[in-house]
Amino acid sequence: MNIADLIDLLLQHSPALIVAVPLLGAFITPLISRLNDKVRNVFVILTLGLTASLVFLLASDVFTGNIHTYIFGSQDLTLPVVRILFEVDAMSAFMIIISVILSLFAVIYSWSFMKENTGLDKYYTLILLMTAGMLGMELTGDLFNFFVFLEITSISSAALVAFWTNKAKSVEAGFKYIVISTIGALFILFSIALFYGQYNALNMAMIASALQYTFLDKIALVLLIAALAMKAGVVPMHMWLPDAYGKAPSSVTILLVGATQASLYGVFRVCFTIYGGTINLSSISIGWILVILGIITMLLGVAMAIIQTDFKRLIAFGAVAEIGYMLLGIGTGLAVMLNPEMTATGLVAMKGGIFHIMNDALDVGLLFLVAGGIYYATKETSLNKLGGLARNMKYTTVFFIIGLLAASGMPPMNGFASKLLIYESTYQLNPILSIIAVLSSIMLLAIFVKVFHSVFLGPALPKYENVKEIPKSMLIAMGAITTIIIILGLFPELIINNIVEPATNALVNYGGYVREVIPSFTGGA
Amino acid sequence: MFPLEPLLKTFQTGSGFWNPVIWVVAIIVAFLIAVILRGFGKKEYKEKTGQTQAFLSGNPEYEKEQMHIKSSNIYWGFTESLKWVFDSIKKMHTGNVSDYSLWFVVVMAILFIVLIIGENLMGAI
Repeated sequence: MNIADLIDLLLQHSPALIVAVPLLGAFITPLISRLNDKVRNVFVILTLGLTASLVFLLASDVFTGNIHTYIFGSQDLTLPVVRILFEVDAMSAFMIIISVILSLFAVIYSWSFMKENTGLDKYYTLILLMTAGMLGMELTGDLFNFFVFLEITSISSAALVAFWTNKAKSVEAGFKYIVISTIGALFILFSIALFYGQYNALNMAMIASALQYTFLDKIALVLLIAALAMKAGVVPMHMWLPDAYGKAPSSVTILLVGATQASLYGVFRVCFTIYGGTINLSSISIGWILVILGIITMLLGVAMAIIQTDFKRLIAFGAVAEIGYMLLGIGTGLAVMLNPEMTATGLVAMKGGIFHIMNDALDVGLLFLVAGGIYYATKETSLNKLGGLARNMKYTTVFFIIGLLAASGMPPMNGFASKLLIYESTYQLNPILSIIAVLSSIMLLAIFVKVFHSVFLGPALPKYENVKEIPKSMLIAMGAITTIIIILGLFPELIINNIVEPATNALVNYGGYVREVIPSFTGGA
Repeated sequence: MFPLEPLLKTFQTGSGFWNPVIWVVAIIVAFLIAVILRGFGKKEYKEKTGQTQAFLSGNPEYEKEQMHIKSSNIYWGFTESLKWVFDSIKKMHTGNVSDYSLWFVVVMAILFIVLIIGENLMGAI
């Protein structure tokens, strides 16, 4: 077998391997941990490195227009047997790239950040499980399987949020997270039962092709949107998010950003793929619901962020506001879908919303890592007690400046490019929406400038005289994210044409997704 | 050789355009001009002399920790004037997981009204 054949074989089995590698790695980690801590850390990084390679291999093929399906069980789709089907289109590929990048940088960062902690075999096992769960949610084409991966992600996330068991608030945040996750998951399971009862199918493409938009389908839609939106941290169901983000170790928080985005992906998959064929009054209603939720999310996120005095909790509310932009972009796309004169506007809005998923993950992720670095160096998260750290932590300061500019959507950073698309397109739907979005960005900038002043500027405080720059593994993770942010910011056209546009087209083209499983299907574009 | 053209392309947004590379070049040029102008300044500054001490109209200088403006004081005027807004949204965040679940039920009810009852009413009209 030559290298080309091996790559073909890997490509063919990559949808399964992308989930299998971290899952297997998770169960091997406790064993390897018995050998040596360093060996275990290297093993986890290599496991995620291998997963990332498989993700990029699969994504490079999917972005050329191919949809990959991978069937576990009977290959004959007409047979009524139990099977699971993974279906990877450009939107799924886009999401798995984000998840794997976040996971890889989280474990690199963890090397130094978590080294003082005990129970790290469990920590790394949970990180790998969580990664497998997120990737599974984004790869699967089966709704029940989506629920299973959602549960894997939720349970491992809750355990990681409460990882610092010596801190009561961390345990409380973990408890809140698992309660909220379970409530959401139960309603998702109920909606799956409604589909199965009506159509005898669990596969998303099969359900989409058979969907009649009955009364029960409408109930299922309400349950799915509400439950997944709660998991994504949409206002007013966001309250678990600052608790969890604020109290989890920073290396876990960056993964939680990926987990919330996987839930957001679920909302988009439900609206565009499962209900893609019912483009009538519902798409306008759902579109406007997403737009309104997006606007409320933005406004409440920034309003709460401005009064926070805890570093991580403040960034968490900033992250809530950022989710609003994604909802606004995608919601605008849905709301104008039926209007032929505004199709181009809708696509621009969706491109902005989808591009912002990637930008938010990197920008907010970087800010959380900086907050973790500050905590590592000072053991303090209160903004009222910090100050003057730019003298001692030069690299961290630079990373924070880049993160704050990017998250606030300042040119020439990546956040600006995606927000520009959202501003312009939403302006054509309703100028007030665009004005609110710009206002929220200005407030985000003001909030992060406040953090910058509180933490890094001001006179050198005597109690932080001996504070030193954080270890290299943490700087490497932050530096790598910063580099990607700068590249995305400087060359947005390149990213949008090659990654974002195929993802947008895949999401809109529900017919293509369904036909990959049911070739005889004639609906959709 | 790696093609530079795709990297330098202007990003078309539908109704506008954006070229970050030109923006960066403009910032660098502005920075260079600032550095050149700075070079024309007087070079009489001496470190660790009275020139570097804060002048507080003859008042004693506070301890360093007292000199630093705390996070809670930044935007104080803004948050104080909109206190009623911030107080009301703070009240929402009770920290009680039962209330979190209640908000989920509220949103679900609103979605139910809009998507099911609303559409049926619209359809009837």
